[in-house]
Amino acid sequence: MTIRVADAAESPSFQKAALPLLHDTQLRANVRHATDVIQRKRAAVVGETPDWQELREAASAIKTHTLRHLDSYLLQFEQACTAAGGHVHWASDADEANRIIADIVRQHGGKQLIKIKTMTSDETKLNDALEHEGIRAHETDLAELIIQLGHDKPSHIVVPALHKNRNQVREIFREQMHLPELGNQPEDLTAAARHYLREKFLSVNIGLCGANFLVAETGGVCIVESEGNGRMCLTLPDVLISLAGIEKIIPTFQDLEVFLQLLPRSATGERMNPYNSLWTGVRQNDGPKHFHVVLLDNGRTSVLADAEARQTLHCIRCAACLNTCPVYRQTGGHAYGSSYAGPVGAILTPQLLGMESAQSLPYASSLCGACYEVCPVKINIPEVLIHLRGRVVREQKSALDAEALAMKTAAAIFASRRRFEAAQRIGRLGQWPVVSNGWVKNLPGMLGNWTRVRDLRALPQQTFRGWWKQRVKDGKQADHA
Amino acid sequence: MRVSLFITCYNDTLFPATGQAVVRLLERLGHTIEFPLDQTCCGQMHYNTGYQQEAMPMMRRFVEVFRDAEAVCIPSSSCVAMIRDHYPLMAAEQSDPGLARAVDELLPRIYELTELLVHRLGLEDVGAAFPHRVTYHASCHSLRSLHLGDLPLRLLRSVRGIELLDLPNVDRCCGFGGTFAVKMGDVSAAMLAEKMQDIESTHAEYVTAVDNSCLMHIFGGLHRQNTGIRTAHIAEILASTGSEPLEGTT
Repeated sequence: MTIRVADAAESPSFQKAALPLLHDTQLRANVRHATDVIQRKRAAVVGETPDWQELREAASAIKTHTLRHLDSYLLQFEQACTAAGGHVHWASDADEANRIIADIVRQHGGKQLIKIKTMTSDETKLNDALEHEGIRAHETDLAELIIQLGHDKPSHIVVPALHKNRNQVREIFREQMHLPELGNQPEDLTAAARHYLREKFLSVNIGLCGANFLVAETGGVCIVESEGNGRMCLTLPDVLISLAGIEKIIPTFQDLEVFLQLLPRSATGERMNPYNSLWTGVRQNDGPKHFHVVLLDNGRTSVLADAEARQTLHCIRCAACLNTCPVYRQTGGHAYGSSYAGPVGAILTPQLLGMESAQSLPYASSLCGACYEVCPVKINIPEVLIHLRGRVVREQKSALDAEALAMKTAAAIFASRRRFEAAQRIGRLGQWPVVSNGWVKNLPGMLGNWTRVRDLRALPQQTFRGWWKQRVKDGKQADHA
Repeated sequence: MRVSLFITCYNDTLFPATGQAVVRLLERLGHTIEFPLDQTCCGQMHYNTGYQQEAMPMMRRFVEVFRDAEAVCIPSSSCVAMIRDHYPLMAAEQSDPGLARAVDELLPRIYELTELLVHRLGLEDVGAAFPHRVTYHASCHSLRSLHLGDLPLRLLRSVRGIELLDLPNVDRCCGFGGTFAVKMGDVSAAMLAEKMQDIESTHAEYVTAVDNSCLMHIFGGLHRQNTGIRTAHIAEILASTGSEPLEGTT
């Protein structure tokens, strides 16, 4: 089995990938503007929901319960979906999922399919796999279309082209749609996309979607969206395929009450999504004649096995954590090298990959906690990040690694008052080579990352404990120690 | 009251003036300060960087040193967060019921400085004077772990002569994040640049906070850019009076 999360296993470390993005002033302006707008909208609709915290609690409880009984809920879903005329497939990894989907397309004699945005298919690199099989996948979500035509990668879970502004989008459309006169107004761009996509909707007979929720009780699938392209993909083709991670299961139809209040408010700052699609199996003379669900593991069961980190699978892909994250704000999503960017990507990607790759991601956070505060399903992302850092150190780092040695030395110093005081003294006496006029402006090695942009005051002549001891000696203070 | 001071390893080594200010402030308010010399570090740096095993002995030492304290005062919200949020989990992992019990019994006596002043001692006006333009940086741990809310601001508002200026985007991280500032130096620097713009927009003379770790990072940038803006731990402002004004800066 080979787990794949887009190109994350081969991607450079976060700190390396971040550099060119930090220098891209246009990208950073776009990211700041877009995340500020979404955050303002979210704050307004969350603020008007009096039971917001109770909803978060409920969602967390439902997800915790579901994951504990995931095996039986998945089987229940399979049974109900099959009974309603659907076909359920099980894929242990990305390649198997892609193969299953290519086979279904071939069985129906198709050469093309239309897609409503699915991050899971980006995770498995479905479009590339289908291309190899001679099958062309057309993205129909406006942002995904921009990404596909611009040969780009998504940088956000909900708004994949957030790093592009409308002038940049116009350039892509002008070139790829052969529209030299295209304007840059939102109306111009959406009209161009609409015209381009309408032809696909009417001519391609196979649709592919993801799933926001799979309802175990009914075998139903729920998708929420904003543009109506989804409704087209879900109803017009004869064949519909849904690719979904196994964690998308919820037990009952009634559970949607909780999630459909949390998701749109957290994702796009709306009380309700413009389009909410819910369907179960197939019906005669109504919608697709053939319906397939591909249930994807691709590392999820190993996430489930880690008791402290399994809450990662609660995620409903709202991206509120990306929008609020001060790190994401600076770099945008491409630095994460994965379909899943931002704080939740930093915990999900390395776990899906088994911690062998993407090891810099758990460190791509200042642990400020803003993500946990907004998470609608209460994933304690900072706690999981710390836990995963522990796994990186324990499972992946050599004991002779420079950082590991420094940390062990520091631990030995803090284990003894005598050693701690000696280290303070040695630091004070030994700092002269790097101190000038009371300031440290240039440190060697890793610490140079500090002094590249920040000064550091030299260690003072007297520590606090030195002052305290002097005070006791001078009789100004009784010695309690 | 008998207050035991956990000064924290970096305040001890890098910011002795903050510790001296805590002592001066609490003694002025009529309390007795103890400083157990066997204290070292709470283990936060190790724990948060992934060296959780290495942090265990530091937790044991902290509990041992402070287990008989009447109240422990800590002028650092991130160290308090380490102790409150993680010690119970760490102790539970050790399958040592004695240790877990000792942590449970100790936690209610742990106070971040402004918690001690407002919640335990019932004070908002500590008799301080600081005739300067000041902006308050709310550190992430103070906001989202300790939920200090406006405690520090209530104390600062009662300081004579102070002109408090609102910091825009006050709930946004300054980019310090412990080893993050070194491991992800460029991203941290970009976060700091934004924070400095917000600080400069207030025209404050001083930035204050309940954590010297953030202030070390912020001042490092402000000093490198020659902005002339200074930083002072909140203890130093609260210790300052008309007759004994703040000496020097951190």
